[in-house]
Amino acid sequence: MSVPVLEVRDILVRYGPSVVLRVPSLTLFSGEILALIGPNGAGKSTLLRVLGLLEAPSQGELYFSGQRVLWNADILYFRRRMASVFQEPLLCDTTVFENAALGLRLRGADRREILNRVGRWLERLGIAALASQQARTLSGGEAQRASLARAFVLDPEVLLLDEPFAALDPPTRESLLFDLDTILRETGTTTLFVTHDRSEALLLGDRLGVMMGGEVLQLDLPERVFATPATEEVARFVGVETILPGKVISQERGLAVVGLEGTELEVLAEHSPGERVLVCLRPEDITLSRKEDPISDPSAGNRIYGRVRRLAPLGSQYRVVVDCGFPLVALITKQSYWELSLKEGTEVIASFKASAAYVLKKH
Amino acid sequence: MDLIWEGIRQAFWLILQGDSEVLRITLLSLQVSGSAVLISLFLGIPLGTYLALARFPGRNLAVSLVNTGMGLPPVVVGLFVTLLLWRNGPLGILDLLFTPIAMIIAQVIIAAPIVTGLTIAAIQQLNPQLRLQLLALGASRLQLFWLLIREARLPLLAAIMAGFGGVISEVGAVMMVGGNIKGQTRVLTTATVLESRMGHFDLAIALGVILLLLSFVVNWALTWIQQQGRPR
Repeated sequence: MSVPVLEVRDILVRYGPSVVLRVPSLTLFSGEILALIGPNGAGKSTLLRVLGLLEAPSQGELYFSGQRVLWNADILYFRRRMASVFQEPLLCDTTVFENAALGLRLRGADRREILNRVGRWLERLGIAALASQQARTLSGGEAQRASLARAFVLDPEVLLLDEPFAALDPPTRESLLFDLDTILRETGTTTLFVTHDRSEALLLGDRLGVMMGGEVLQLDLPERVFATPATEEVARFVGVETILPGKVISQERGLAVVGLEGTELEVLAEHSPGERVLVCLRPEDITLSRKEDPISDPSAGNRIYGRVRRLAPLGSQYRVVVDCGFPLVALITKQSYWELSLKEGTEVIASFKASAAYVLKKH
Repeated sequence: MDLIWEGIRQAFWLILQGDSEVLRITLLSLQVSGSAVLISLFLGIPLGTYLALARFPGRNLAVSLVNTGMGLPPVVVGLFVTLLLWRNGPLGILDLLFTPIAMIIAQVIIAAPIVTGLTIAAIQQLNPQLRLQLLALGASRLQLFWLLIREARLPLLAAIMAGFGGVISEVGAVMMVGGNIKGQTRVLTTATVLESRMGHFDLAIALGVILLLLSFVVNWALTWIQQQGRPR
């Protein structure tokens, strides 16, 4: 896993005066799936185009298997060792078979090989029956499968996926995501997967990068990015809904007391007294109880009084916004919702453990 | 009214009997306009594709020039080519004036901008992302070029139709540079002008009918191909 396949150094992409991408260093290792998430306009697609050698960076260097990539006639040689799938399937106006065969034909592969490989991959992606059908008659999911087959047929050393599921309806997306995951694990294809969907990134990614404003803000194991986001923006993007500014009052052996407006919280943190920090709370880590109920979980060190401001059903759970002088978001089960008989205005106690909070230094 | 009916009757008689003069004129029309369209395709499709894809300073000016060229008055083209090929003109030494080649040159000048302009439109209506996808699949520049033209093949048929329609029916330029010489440079349009001026309405109508039929058959064939590939 530690052999670098694709490396970038000091990449900068400028459109006119504005810098849209700035990546000091990024390495894609052999066999890994690197998921890149970030909001629209974060520069994910630009980075993917640069890595796919489809757009020359304004400055910086690219290495493919240790070889420096130069933007000259050799670019085709490097490009032909990769494959890209975009959000739109972008199929040509011909049959599914011919679409899947296109990359091989461009490389001058012989008939037998084309027949063999295309047949195998159409089968693998479940569209063998559509081989002779015109591409324009396909549904969105089928078309994206054809597009994926067209990429896998090439047996690429690096596969670049740019939001391949973003335009699909949820059931279609689910089944395709599942198939893609299986195929990628089996083939061990080195993959860069760009998405704005957290769950897709978590399912596929061996490592997870978070991009914003043209920069990679954090790149780590997915669980680490989710548990310890590097910045407030990353925290918000990975699903931390409550981020509270405060000041460390005291700290002893990793247990700190942070003062917020009108209340104090006990959290695990190594920050020194006087430091300004942000306390990050995930909604699923917050427990709600009625004010008059006995304390159900004595280990939950923090208890904050508040009133329910808003209630929204969210599948099998309820999202509750509690006004504690600041908005605190909690996710509770349907059962808790019934047991607590919550309504807007209900007085509640929000509690959470010291270890549930993640503390960031405020910049 | 009698004049017209008599003319039409005569015309069909001439066509059915395969009048050698009518046949020769028709063949020459097809040769001249067919060659002109073919040459225009070889010039216009690559140029149009290039203009549709390239970004360079002055590109907009170039596209505007092409669009202006789509509406060139044939008489002006005729004048220009005549001056070019005139005995003392820049290309006078080639001695081409009043030959079918001169007519082809004039018709290329008329048809090439039409083909180029419609090619630009046809290529530009393709999804701009497609180009990126084709490059990502490993297409060389030449392969990309060819694939994009193949993708735009249906609207490109319109370019062929418009180009052919523009030159087969054109009279000003061929008259000026060809001279309407019997047996050498007389084509359907110029012959129609001549015969009707001389009062040979039967012959004029026959020529007109052939011109219409020719135009129809070519466009019908191309439309048929185009509709075969239409998304259902």
